[in-house]
Amino acid sequence: MRVRIPTPLRSYTGQRSVVDAEGSTVAEVLADLDRRFPGLRFRVVDEQARLRQHVNVFVNQERTRDLTTRLGPDDELTIMQALSGG
Amino acid sequence: MAGDVEAGPRLLVGTRKGAWVLEGDAERSTWTTHGPMFLGHIAHHLVLDPRDRRTLLLAASTGHLGPTVFRSTDLGGTWSEASAPPAFAAGDPLERSLRAVFWLSPGHADEPGCWYAGGSPQGLFRTEDGGDTWAPVAGWNDHPSWSTWAEWPEEGTPDGSMLHSVIVDPRDPAHLYLGLSGGGVFESTDGGGDWAPLNAGSVATFLPDPDAPFGHDPHCVRLHPLRPDRLYQQNHCGIYRMERPEGRWQRIGDNMPADIGDIGFPIELHPRDPDTAWVFPMDGTDVWPRTSPDGRPAAYVTRDAGDSWTRCDRGLPEKAWYTVKRQAMAVDDRDPAGVYFGTTSGELWASADEGASWTAIASHLPEIYSVECADPA
Repeated sequence: MRVRIPTPLRSYTGQRSVVDAEGSTVAEVLADLDRRFPGLRFRVVDEQARLRQHVNVFVNQERTRDLTTRLGPDDELTIMQALSGG
Repeated sequence: MAGDVEAGPRLLVGTRKGAWVLEGDAERSTWTTHGPMFLGHIAHHLVLDPRDRRTLLLAASTGHLGPTVFRSTDLGGTWSEASAPPAFAAGDPLERSLRAVFWLSPGHADEPGCWYAGGSPQGLFRTEDGGDTWAPVAGWNDHPSWSTWAEWPEEGTPDGSMLHSVIVDPRDPAHLYLGLSGGGVFESTDGGGDWAPLNAGSVATFLPDPDAPFGHDPHCVRLHPLRPDRLYQQNHCGIYRMERPEGRWQRIGDNMPADIGDIGFPIELHPRDPDTAWVFPMDGTDVWPRTSPDGRPAAYVTRDAGDSWTRCDRGLPEKAWYTVKRQAMAVDDRDPAGVYFGTTSGELWASADEGASWTAIASHLPEIYSVECADPA
C-alpha cells in the first residue's frame, strides 16, 4: 500500500514522499514502516501505542486516531502533522 | 577535563530551533559560529562526553514528532539517531509517554558509555552504550512513591514538569542525585534502585506545609567535583548550599542584596574553587516576570560559599528583558575561568575573567535553552 510521508519524517525515508508498506491495520503498516525505516514509528506513535498528539493519520480521505483501523490493499495511508505555533 | 593550551573552548548551544557550536580561540576573544545543526528541531541539551571528548549527544524533539536523542562520535561531523531512544516502558501502569528528553548527564568516569537522561514527564533513563540504546531506570520510574513525588498527573505548568540535574558522585557511581521541577531533590545510594527526598531546609512557599519533605522546586542543582560533599542549588524559592552528610539546605541567598533577591534558574560552579559560584537572578515578584530585577541584567558571584555576593554586570546592557534558563549558563576550565550565558532573546554572552566583564559573542539566535562548555580531543 502507498503511504504518504510528511516532510518532517522524510529524513527516515531518504527524502521520499511516498513509500510502500504492508499491513492490514494502521498499526501494522506503521510497524512495517519502522522495519523499513528504523526510528520512524516512535516519532509518530508513543510507547503506549498511541498516536502522538500533533500527528494525524488519514486512510484515504478519512482521518483516524484508531490504530486498529483496518486497511485494504488499495487504501492509501497519509501521515500528517498538525502544524501550529511558531 | 584538561584544557588544550592551543585551542580555545567550544560552547555547545541548544535552542528552540536547533543547535549551534561556538569555537573560541585560546584567548577566548574571538569566536567562530558553526550551525545551525538540526534546524527547526527543539534542542534541549547538547553535551560532549567528557570521557572520550569526541561523542556528542543531543536531546531533541520537534513540535510534532516524539522525542529522541541524536549522537555523533566525530564531534558533530556525522550524526545518527539512537536506535532505542529514551521511553517509558510499554504497558506502563500509569500510561506515561515521554514528551521530551530534557536533560543529559554523562555517567561516572569509570563507566564509559553510561549516560543518564531526564524527561518530561519526570522519568529517568540510562544508556550503557554511549547513547544508542536507552532503558528506563525502573528504581526511579516505578518507585512506589513516584506519582507522589513527581508532578503527576502533570499540572500543566507552561513548560511542563522536568527531571533535571542528574548528578553522579565522582567518588561512587552508585551515588546519584536528581532534581524535579517541581518535586524536589532526591538521592540514591544504590545506583538508582531506591531514592529518598533531600529537601530539608529548603523553602517551598507554594506548599501549605513549610517543612514538606518533597514538592519543592529546585531549578538547578550542582555538586562540586573537588568537594563532592558540597551541593549548591538555585531553587524557585532561593539559593542554597548543603554540606553532606548532614543533609540540610542552608539559604545562602539570604546574603544577596534585598532589592535583587535570590530567585533564578541557573547556578554554576568554579572548576577549581568549591567556594565560588555564579547565579543569574531574576524577578520573582508579582506575576513572576522572570526577567532580571528592574530589567538590569547581571550575574552575581560568591567567592565564600555564599556568605557574600558581588554583582557582575560590566559590559551588559543597562536595560534588557530576557531570561537565562537553567541549562543556559556554563563555566569553562581555563584560568581564569570563562563564564557564559545564553538568553531567551538569543544572545550569547561571554566573560573571560570570571564574570568581571562581559562581551556578546552571538546574537539573533533562537531562544537559547542550554549552553555547555566543551574541550574536544
